[in-house]
Amino acid sequence: MSLIENLKPKFLSNGDNRDACTCATRHLFNFSRIWNIAVFHTLVVALVPLISMTCIHYKMTKDAVESEVYNNTILLVNNTWRAVSRFYDERKNGLELVANDYTYEDLINPNKLANILINIKKSHEAFIDLGVINSSGIQVNYAGPYTLIDKDYSNQESFKKAVEYGFYISDLILGFRDIPHVVFLMRCAKTDGSFFVLRAALDIQPIDEMLDEVDIRGSGDVFLVNNKGVLQTSSRYHGDIFDEVSRTFFDKVSQSLSEYSVEIQVLDCKKQDGETIVVGYGNIPDTPFILMTVQQKAELMDRLHKTRVRVFLFLAVSSTLIILVILGMSTYLVNKIYIADNARVRSLHKAEYSNRLASIGRLAAGVAHEINNPLAIINEKAGLIKDMFTYKDMYSKDKKLIDLVDSIISSVERCGTITKRLLGFARHMEPSIQTINLREVIEEVLSFLEKEAEYRSFTIDLDIPDDIPEIESDRGKVQQIFLNLINNSFAAMQDGGRLSIVVRSKDKDYVSATVTDNGCGISDTDMKHIFEPFFSTKLKKGGTGLGLSITCDLVQEIGAKINLQSVVGCGTSFRIDFSINLDRERK
Amino acid sequence: MRLLLVDDEGELVSTLAERLSFRGIDADWAVSGEEALKMAETEQYDIAVLDVKMPKISGIQLKGMLEEKYPDMKFIFMTGHGSKNDYIAGSAKDYYLVKPIAIDALVSKAEEIFKNK
Repeated sequence: MSLIENLKPKFLSNGDNRDACTCATRHLFNFSRIWNIAVFHTLVVALVPLISMTCIHYKMTKDAVESEVYNNTILLVNNTWRAVSRFYDERKNGLELVANDYTYEDLINPNKLANILINIKKSHEAFIDLGVINSSGIQVNYAGPYTLIDKDYSNQESFKKAVEYGFYISDLILGFRDIPHVVFLMRCAKTDGSFFVLRAALDIQPIDEMLDEVDIRGSGDVFLVNNKGVLQTSSRYHGDIFDEVSRTFFDKVSQSLSEYSVEIQVLDCKKQDGETIVVGYGNIPDTPFILMTVQQKAELMDRLHKTRVRVFLFLAVSSTLIILVILGMSTYLVNKIYIADNARVRSLHKAEYSNRLASIGRLAAGVAHEINNPLAIINEKAGLIKDMFTYKDMYSKDKKLIDLVDSIISSVERCGTITKRLLGFARHMEPSIQTINLREVIEEVLSFLEKEAEYRSFTIDLDIPDDIPEIESDRGKVQQIFLNLINNSFAAMQDGGRLSIVVRSKDKDYVSATVTDNGCGISDTDMKHIFEPFFSTKLKKGGTGLGLSITCDLVQEIGAKINLQSVVGCGTSFRIDFSINLDRERK
Repeated sequence: MRLLLVDDEGELVSTLAERLSFRGIDADWAVSGEEALKMAETEQYDIAVLDVKMPKISGIQLKGMLEEKYPDMKFIFMTGHGSKNDYIAGSAKDYYLVKPIAIDALVSKAEEIFKNK
């Protein structure tokens, strides 16, 4: 039997012609409803904690992975931030060293400045050139690859800022040379109390290389931007230098980052395409730069994806198991209740049927007894009249009068026979084991049905050998069995049908009785249910669906066996094998 | 031979007594046990024909009472039920006739009892 058949409740596969009973003998429960409630509640109780725990576990794992992602991002940004900060610090310190070690006069000496540039380049890469700008903003000395002496910086913002704050690092600029670079400007004091500005241009290449070497996975990116969101280094996926990075996340970054904060921060941003990115950022001290790392959250949460797949698989497998077990157990238990309730209904019906038969028997006995008394009076009065006709000469010759009285007496005898038969039949309703002659029983049953057989022109063939052995059984039950089978045959036959009852001695232990009709027959589908209670093909014609069910029970109760053969359109044959010796059968 | 017929149906026993008289048998009748006991005190009866089922004193009880007083009296029972098996009452020697009674069966049974008395 397949799994689905095992899980499919039996009570859902009942035919429409079942359950015709009412009132006290109706099924106590709505099995479909019980099954639904059992399955629903057990599933809720079993699955809700499982799903909740799985969700909580998933949420905790997700939070832990997210926390790890943020911590790793902070670590990455922090390390890079330190390296970049150190880079600019070292260059700033180098410039400070020059300003401290050399006087204005030394620095405006072209050869000396050239030597200083050579030396500073050796200790700190990225320096491109050095220049000295007087307090009027005119570059008075310059060492480097370009011709920038006498250039006027007085109107440039960087010069003004350097004069105001003492030191200034510019954004990435093209300048007079038209090459991207960063300018360091340092205000230095002269011995006469005035000042000059030491100016150095730094190549961005070393910073680019440094950022290129940062170990950032997948589609991650790391770069510097200024406080307007303009790229100060090249980036992998967010544009080239001087391009503006996407406002979607830069606006969020700039809102949360104050100008002088040195704190490393991380935030989630949703891009226009719906993708979430993790942005780590921090100000590089004393510079206008912000270090930013941008990574796709999905890539960073890759470990969570694997966990999610495992959790989902666990949930799917355990849920499927739970559902199968609950369905199986609910079906098994409700089926058991259904079978028990069916047995209960069947017993109640049998008891009801037996009580009804016993009541009818008692009623028949009472009626027969009460009728017997007036019949006896009619009989005696008619007998007296006949006596008078017989013993007195004046009437003895009147044959017509004698015939009339004989007719009355004959009718009384007929009535007497009927009441005696009724009394005999009713008496056998009470269970008692006795020796039975099957011929007598069958003839007695047929005597009750002979009028119907006569009206409907049935031919009844009785084939019972004289030497058929008597059997030990309950006479009342055997009577009911034959009454039900013959009634069933009568219902199946058209008027003019033929019924045959054959009794044979099967062997020394059994006697078989076969009741065969040439009625409509029973289909293979109905044959499976024919002995089930409340199954009837003539429910709408007054059938109760109990006759053959009770016959089957009675046959089992007396230790006999019933067999059925039927061909649709040809007829049906019931064979009952009676045990001759009831004790042997019971043993 | 003198018979006492007892049945709560007076019409039945009176007619039966008359029919027996046509056959040369002397029979009295009573409609209750009490009446039958009174009649038995004044007259001598060889056989009592009793209905089994009667109000107050049943046929079986009446038989016991009569038997006690008149040990020689014999009994035939009349019953409205189909079989004598219902009324064994511990006395297999009693005779039962099922209503409606065939008069000839009653006469022959009475004569047989009287002969064997």
